Amino acid sequence: MDLIIQIIYFIGALLFILGLKMMGSPITARKGIVWAGFGMLLATLITYFHSEITHNYIWMTVAIALGGIVAYISGKKVAMTDMPQMIALYNGMGGGAAAAIAAVVLLKMEFTNGIVQTLAVLGAVIGTVAFSGSLIAFAKLQGLMKGVIRFPMQQWVNALVFVITLTLGLAIILSGNNYAIGTLVAFFVFALAFGVMMTIPIGGADMPVVISLYNALTGLAVGFEGYVLGNPAMMIAGVVVGSAGTLLTQLMAKAMNRPISNVLFSNFGEGGDGEAQAVSGSMKEIDSTDVAVMMAFAEKVVIIPGYGMAVAQAQHKVWEMTKQLQERGVTVKFAIHPVAGRMPGHMNVLLAEAGVPYDIIYDLDEINEEFPTTDVVLVIGANDVVNPAARTDPASPIYGMPILNADYAKNVIVVKRGKGTGFSGIENHLFFADNTRMLYGDGQDVANDLVTSLKEL
Amino acid sequence: MEGFVALYIFMLAAVVGYELITKVPVILHTPLMSGSNFIHGIVLVGAMVVMGHAEGAAETTIGFIAVLLAAGNAVGGYVVTERMLEMFKPSDKLKESKNKGGH
Repeated sequence: MDLIIQIIYFIGALLFILGLKMMGSPITARKGIVWAGFGMLLATLITYFHSEITHNYIWMTVAIALGGIVAYISGKKVAMTDMPQMIALYNGMGGGAAAAIAAVVLLKMEFTNGIVQTLAVLGAVIGTVAFSGSLIAFAKLQGLMKGVIRFPMQQWVNALVFVITLTLGLAIILSGNNYAIGTLVAFFVFALAFGVMMTIPIGGADMPVVISLYNALTGLAVGFEGYVLGNPAMMIAGVVVGSAGTLLTQLMAKAMNRPISNVLFSNFGEGGDGEAQAVSGSMKEIDSTDVAVMMAFAEKVVIIPGYGMAVAQAQHKVWEMTKQLQERGVTVKFAIHPVAGRMPGHMNVLLAEAGVPYDIIYDLDEINEEFPTTDVVLVIGANDVVNPAARTDPASPIYGMPILNADYAKNVIVVKRGKGTGFSGIENHLFFADNTRMLYGDGQDVANDLVTSLKEL
Repeated sequence: MEGFVALYIFMLAAVVGYELITKVPVILHTPLMSGSNFIHGIVLVGAMVVMGHAEGAAETTIGFIAVLLAAGNAVGGYVVTERMLEMFKPSDKLKESKNKGGH
């Protein structure tokens, strides 16, 4: 039986790697997750026959059913806009599970080997931090916890808590099987506190990077606990996720022009020295009928959606408008900035939900050289990601951030609720450009008007 | 020696994870994060083993929590990833050219 279990675990690990590989392309991605899911199912079922499992079968099944059903229902119900916090929540559960495994192993005090004990302790710290940190990230994105919490000397206090956690961990490792239960409890309490304290000063905009980091950490914790339990499937799957997650975190931070150290240890909006350049020109208004005419007789239209579009639930109407334009022979492309939406790739999910096919959606590098040959750019719900100040004004807080060069297009239409500077409070030079016209109104209403106007043409 | 075998496994797995992500387009970052989140749900297997030989109330309770959380990670991670990826569809034009055997 042990051999069969090992073979199944091997197949499971293989399916995870293949599944993750397939998830790297939109054509095969769906199959990838199904294969990985199949691997998980096999591995879980065969574990019932594991020789180390001697009792608790019923409660084990109850726990699987309870956790599985609650997660299934919440996963089916969650809105696509709320995806980031849901991922944070499920990730926190994984980290908590790894930490709980470590807790049981450490309670048993049956270590025969220092390496095993060290990895058990390391996995415990990492898993616990990922657990409490992810829960805070969830609470923040879900709106259960408002704003950022900062106090003087915060980084020093955090560092102190971290050092205490590590010291307690080291004490456990060094004392072999003779540590006090009190030490163990204190070790977990400090690790929990560190996860919380590390996450509370981080703002909502940076949260995706943090969630991605905790995802990688959970993977690592699972890998370490896999070694402790002598389970190669956990070791491989955990470490693969650990390294994939680390790279993904770096890619996200790079796309947001925010070094990871900045996200974790400083506050947004501190960059930029001196006065921002004054904006010249004025905002020029246009109405939706004129915009409809412009787009209908254009050769190429590029739509730049931002999270504002999703908030206004306008993506379905925008797709309807796109189809009308396509019927008229207009080439329509969607340009997505890496940070559009609430995390990298989130906007693609929201557009996919509305039915927009992925092959007319382009990312920054693919679309930027096309703007000079674009007749009309429609900016809807996006702001900073099209602000040319990022290119031209070294004093701007967003200077250096890669942007979509919408200002190079022949005509730019900006759909906007009102005349304010919006979310980040940074003045957008694009709105004042000669080739820009402002179309004021709620995203959903504007898209509706455009659809109607196009029909009447 | 056994410790070194583990070290090799860790190293190779890390390389594989890194290589898998390097060529992924930005459009898939969100589902991919969710997908990798699902994969560390394999922690369920370890949680089951730990609960299966837990002794006494404290160990059993913590073991129960481990299995509960791990099952939530695996099932929830799968459901949301599948929901997202299921929505990614190519345009009709691309589908047609595929059927004709073009690219």
